[in-house]
Parts: sequence; structure tokens; C-alpha cells
Amino acid sequence: MNIGILLKEGPYNHQASDTAYNFAEAAIRRGHTIDAIFLYNDGVLNVSKLMDPPQDDRNISTRWTAFSEKYGVKIYACVVASKRRSINEDVLIEGGVITGLGTFTDIATRNDRLVTFGD
Amino acid sequence: MLHTVNKSPFGNDTLETCIRFAVPGDPILLIEDGVYAVQAGNRFASMIETILKKNPLYALQPDLSARGISVISSGVTTVDYEGFVELVEQHQVNSWL
Amino acid sequence: MDSVQDIKIKKIMHVLRHAPHGTIYTYEGLEMILIMATYDQDISVVFIGDGVYSLKKGQETSSIGIKGFARTFSALDGYDVEKLYVDQLSLEERGLTKDDLVVDVEVLSSENIGMLMKEQDVIIQH
Repeated sequence: MNIGILLKEGPYNHQASDTAYNFAEAAIRRGHTIDAIFLYNDGVLNVSKLMDPPQDDRNISTRWTAFSEKYGVKIYACVVASKRRSINEDVLIEGGVITGLGTFTDIATRNDRLVTFGD
Repeated sequence: MLHTVNKSPFGNDTLETCIRFAVPGDPILLIEDGVYAVQAGNRFASMIETILKKNPLYALQPDLSARGISVISSGVTTVDYEGFVELVEQHQVNSWL
Repeated sequence: MDSVQDIKIKKIMHVLRHAPHGTIYTYEGLEMILIMATYDQDISVVFIGDGVYSLKKGQETSSIGIKGFARTFSALDGYDVEKLYVDQLSLEERGLTKDDLVVDVEVLSSENIGMLMKEQDVIIQH
């Protein structure tokens, strides 16, 4: 089954990033394809490489980069939402792509499922 | 249709709203702070009982464990992340935020 | 380019449950709806809970310094988004009626909205 994920909250402030990540890993373990992760609202903050949490905590943006590299899944961030929140190509992690909502429409329509995580 | 709810019922009406729109038979999965609804003996116990007459109710075990909830209302099924995925395999998803 | 029979029009429902202005969810939800509307999908928009406040007449946001957007909802039919549904109980609980809203909507029971939800290919809650 092909699954798209919509992530609508920023990292750390809310559990949504963590749940989305754990869900995506479990879906892949069960043999499904994660087609893409699309970031909207404060979710776009997930792809900032300026993220620098304390050593004893997870680094959510590098975790997304590792996920992207391991499974070939792009982490898309909505361009309009990104501009509002200081996310641009200069601060973008590997695996992150800034794109328009047309990309999201494709993700929402071409997959068997869309699962949303947010506040 | 699978409904997910991620808010504590003590501070938010998302669970109540969700059950108002869920069609009988639709499974409801509680995740994140949503799992507080099914801690045994809380004031939502009778509401949980009522929901279970119409809709199967699931709670995400990793979120229960993280919150120190070990005893839950009877009739509620716990699932891990793979179980969450299994529910998604069977249903389109309506994530109540 | 796919031939016409290859393109499956999907039923996509947007659910707005946040009040406007206090958070950005409804405004960015509306931005998403406007873009998706240009892709020839079968789009519906449902207002539940505080989401109904987005449609309230008489919103004047200049004094809080935030761009108002209630009028954009009345422009949605220009984008072929004509299926606007409001949850009856949410309106009643807030002491509102259809006449208090900026756009003509269909007021439905939660049961009927629940049945519409069941028919969707995709539901996006904002």
C-alpha cells in the first residue's frame, strides 16, 4: 500500500513529529511504501538544519534526513508556510524539498492513504 | 473509516466531537494525549462504555506506557505502531486534530 | 498526460474546526483549499465546532493587525468549491444561525456529515 503523510506541527513543541516518524517506520516494516512526508503549518520547521537540541535528546531534523536517505522518501515543506517561518534553501536539511501545494495535492490523490499528524 | 484522536478529554472536546461524527462500526484509535481517556476509573469511564457499544476503541500502547497508564477500561484494545498501521490498511483515515 | 479515463477524481474533504485569528490553522487551511481547488478534485469543506466562527459576519480585523479572510470563503464558489457544510449543533451551541454567516452554506446534522465523511477518499483536518 502507498501512504502519504501530512505533518502539521513543529518539532519538540508537540509529539506529532515523533508519532509521524514512528508510524512511518512501522508502515515500512509492514511492507508498505511511504510515498512522501509533506510539512504544513509549523510542520515546516521539521526541516531546519539550524536545529541543535541538547545532546541527550533526539535531533528531529537529522532523524528525518536519515529516514529520507534510508528509504528514499522526500520530506516536502510547503513554500508559503516555509517563507512565513524563516525556512528557505539555506537552512534546509538533506532530504528536504521546498515545494508548492500542488505537490501536496498529488500526494493526497495518488496514494492509497493520507495520514495526518498535528496538534 | 478510522478516526484518530490525540487530545486528552479533560482539556478538549475532540473525542466527544469525533464520536458525534463517527459512523457505527468505525474504529477509533487514541494516540498521544488521547490515551488519557481510557485510564481505568476516570470520569470518562461511562462515556467509554457507551462508545464501545457502537465503535471499537483502540489505544496506542507506546503512548499509554509513556504516560504511566497500565490499567485501562475494559473492552479497549491496545495496539503498537504496527497495529496502528494495520488499522490504516483496513480503513481510510480521519485524523481529528 | 493521462487520458481522461485514467484520472480518478478523488473526494477530498477539508474539516475546519479552529476559530479564525487565534491560530493560523483556518487561514492556512483556506490557502490549501484554494490551491487544491485548481486541480479538478471533488472538494468539500466542513465547518465544525469553533470552525463555524470563521464564517461569522462582521469580522473586522484591522485593529488586531491581522489580515481578515472571511470574505474569501464567499469567493470559493468562483473556484468551483460549492460544497460548504456547517454542523448544525456547532451553530446552535454558539447561538448562531445561517443568517449570521457570510456565505450560503448547507447546514447538516452530525449524522449526515458523518455519512459524508465515510464517502471520502481523503479527509484533511486543519
